[in-house]
Amino acid sequence: MARVVVDPITRIEGHLRIEAQVDGGKVSDAWSSGTMFRGIEMIVRNRDPREVWLWTQRICAVCTMVHALASVRAVENALDIEVPNNARLVRNLISSTQYIQDHIVHFYHLHALDWVDITGALKADPAKTSQLAQSISEWPKSSTTYFKGVQDRVKKLVESRQLSLFTSGYWGHPAYRLPPEADLMAVAHYLEALEFQRDFIRIHAVLGGKNPHLQSYLVGGMATSLDPNEPQAPLNPERIDFLVEVAQTAKTFVDQVLIPDVLAVAGFYKDWFSLGEGPGNYLSYGAFPQGGIKDTARYFLPRGFILNNDLSKVYPVDPGKVAEYVTHSWYEYAEGDQVSKTPAEGETSPKYTGPKPPFEFLEVDKKYSWLKAPRYDDHVMEVGPLSRMLVAYASGHAEVKAAVDGVLAHFKAPPTALFSTLGRIAARALETQLLANHIVGWIEELRENMNRGDLRIHNGDKWDPSTWPSSARGYGLFEAPRGSLGHWVEIENELVKNYQIVVPSTWNAGPRDAKGQRGPYETALLKTPLADPERPLEILRTVHSFDPCLACAVHVVDARGRTRAHREI
Amino acid sequence: MLRSSLPEALRSRGVSRRRFIDFCSAMVATLALPERYLAAVADALNRTDRPVLVWLEFQDCAGNTESMLRSDDPPVADVVLELLSWEYHETIMAGAGKQAEAALKRVVEQEAGKYIAVVEGAVPTADGGVYCTIAGRTALDIAREVCTHAAATIAVGACAWDGGLVRSAPNPTGAVGLQEAVPGIKVVNLGGCPHNVANTAAVIVHYLTFHQMPALDQYNRPLFAYGRLIHDQCERRAHYDAGQFVEEWGDEGSRKGWCLYKMGCKGPDATYNCPTVRWNSGTSWPVKSGHGCIACASHRFWDVMSPFYKPLPKVPGFGVDVTAEEIGWGVVGGVAALTAAHAVASVFRPKEEVPKEDKPA
Repeated sequence: MARVVVDPITRIEGHLRIEAQVDGGKVSDAWSSGTMFRGIEMIVRNRDPREVWLWTQRICAVCTMVHALASVRAVENALDIEVPNNARLVRNLISSTQYIQDHIVHFYHLHALDWVDITGALKADPAKTSQLAQSISEWPKSSTTYFKGVQDRVKKLVESRQLSLFTSGYWGHPAYRLPPEADLMAVAHYLEALEFQRDFIRIHAVLGGKNPHLQSYLVGGMATSLDPNEPQAPLNPERIDFLVEVAQTAKTFVDQVLIPDVLAVAGFYKDWFSLGEGPGNYLSYGAFPQGGIKDTARYFLPRGFILNNDLSKVYPVDPGKVAEYVTHSWYEYAEGDQVSKTPAEGETSPKYTGPKPPFEFLEVDKKYSWLKAPRYDDHVMEVGPLSRMLVAYASGHAEVKAAVDGVLAHFKAPPTALFSTLGRIAARALETQLLANHIVGWIEELRENMNRGDLRIHNGDKWDPSTWPSSARGYGLFEAPRGSLGHWVEIENELVKNYQIVVPSTWNAGPRDAKGQRGPYETALLKTPLADPERPLEILRTVHSFDPCLACAVHVVDARGRTRAHREI
Repeated sequence: MLRSSLPEALRSRGVSRRRFIDFCSAMVATLALPERYLAAVADALNRTDRPVLVWLEFQDCAGNTESMLRSDDPPVADVVLELLSWEYHETIMAGAGKQAEAALKRVVEQEAGKYIAVVEGAVPTADGGVYCTIAGRTALDIAREVCTHAAATIAVGACAWDGGLVRSAPNPTGAVGLQEAVPGIKVVNLGGCPHNVANTAAVIVHYLTFHQMPALDQYNRPLFAYGRLIHDQCERRAHYDAGQFVEEWGDEGSRKGWCLYKMGCKGPDATYNCPTVRWNSGTSWPVKSGHGCIACASHRFWDVMSPFYKPLPKVPGFGVDVTAEEIGWGVVGGVAALTAAHAVASVFRPKEEVPKEDKPA
């Protein structure tokens, strides 16, 4: 029996620590801890609600814009503002392209090295690699010469003994199982995806001025005015052509590189279709409105939740049933550690009671994380692409159903195979493809509106704070790439009185609650085999399959009533 | 230990001498160096072994990491694999846990005095530093050890420079910037939220070429990037001078690309080369997308420059930048040199690298 600590968990955003108990070569218990805290909800109090999206966006730049969108939605909800159709389209475009870029970066740069041995690529025959690549895809970069060039590049790195980012990998680990040719192909695509993500995200530069941290959101709409006849309009025919051109590259890359790679790699690791199962409950707030924000029935990806892996029933979501425990988190509630609190009535203050750094182990029977433990009606919920795809699948979303059934048929696997580490990876890839199929159409919709003379991009009826009620409350829900995200705002006398955020990785990476129910990571790690506990590669596989984002996950609501002197300029 | 030089690394993967010189040219242009330095940069990179770089992340959002991953010139894969030996960077490195810790330890011990440390995120100092720990150690502890043994330290982004958003009132975690957390080390600050990777790459190349940092201002920011007012470089400046302003979001002025001053733009009071270097392969910048500047490269901008939608209190004289003197950088010689250098930039930037969107029809 041994305690295995992985800290830092790398290839994620933020600071995550996993402690695992290992018995007989398998994980028998696990604890997930967020080890960084900033207190952004405390910082945005007493500020102008119209600008809070700029602040909350800085919660995370890997998930850049998700906290901007949730924030403007929360304020619009509080003040009862509907945004124009064009603003809805621009927001959907920014979000969907964020999904595509983020999912691709996740697969190649944050997750692939758990499955791909860089040093394996050195042993590959470039000619056979070329044959392999051409057997699974039309992607043109597949010649023997091309793969020989990539292999030489890796060889140079290894011979220089300066492996750079690859310095400290678990190379040669017995759990790596790809043939050398697949390793080489994956390394080539790792490098290509670095360039793809950079070039593709120029869509965000057009729609948001820059990425990361886009700067074109507004409460009431977007700043990106559009005009078919103005060369300096943020959106005009020329820039829309550019968007279409870049958007088309995504479909090609996803169809010809991402999907074939995911299927090929998964084919060598099929046992991971039965490892890494989470709590069995899946939540999605739904994403990409096709009409008004309140018309949830018309969201492109549906809202709902599933319990106990039962795909025959999708339950409706009531945001009022979200609540958080701090039983094992470094916070206090006045009523004690046994109760949960909804974000709308959130009351908390940070109180670190862990070991004094430097420390070797956390006190996992007490409090051990800066993350709270969110629950829906006391159920532990997994969130993310798998939850969205399952909720869509179980809701009868035709496109999702066809895609999921296609993958299951490819692997001759039943739907239960989705409740796994590989299930998360497959769901993320399918979601990427689903969106890549639609973004060009959404851009064209924007163009048609513009050409028809519908230039409305902002609803300014309530831009002036003097039009607001003296107090108002609202919430904004969104599905970030990593899962269900909610912002709750309370406005009083034109300023933020209270602000609260419940984030995807808090759902997934949170600790135990008052009932001792493990968080999703903690559950998913149970029974994970470890071939070499000194090099816990298998722990990374399951944790990374959730795509952790810890900067997002740690947050707090300050109830101590601190105020700041507001600077007048 | 065997080392390989950058040109060798580039040649080995079929990058021509011509492409290498193009890369050097782009760096010279970004750094605002006169043309005659092109040869010096090329020579230096020809001689340089790959220095080791470690990238530390503390109270961060990874925005600076993400910005770095958008590097176009040099291409991102070259930066993280071949320009330098990039041996520690939590967000993208292969190793984790003990193996990651060991990689950092090796660099600090065996490359002491030779490696470059890049820091992203603020350092919390309240309550014994418990608000950010990595492998059971506080951010402060790690920063002290790694940065005091580095040959050069670069703070990227607002948080590492001055504490940024994390330090904003009421600063719940006692967050500070790196220079304040570890006094006594020399830090080059690359403010911005996030930093612009074009500038950071240029600073690194300058260091490799001249073995010293470029000319810095009073905040230890390189003058080439932080020496000029946004307002003076803004493509909408003519509208300001003509009194043409956006009055409401989405109005006719906003569709015609008029000045955003009345919507709260902080460009007249902020310095940065954002309008000229721009973002994402030079595609755009916030004003071009229709939103005002928030002065994200200015000192303590979150508290000092907010509320962001309130217009600046003083309207500078039309065509005259009275604010420049007020914020204290205004060295006439520097302005002249920088202006000349931007002319160099336009000459040296290879034609095929002009962003597609900006190509004349």
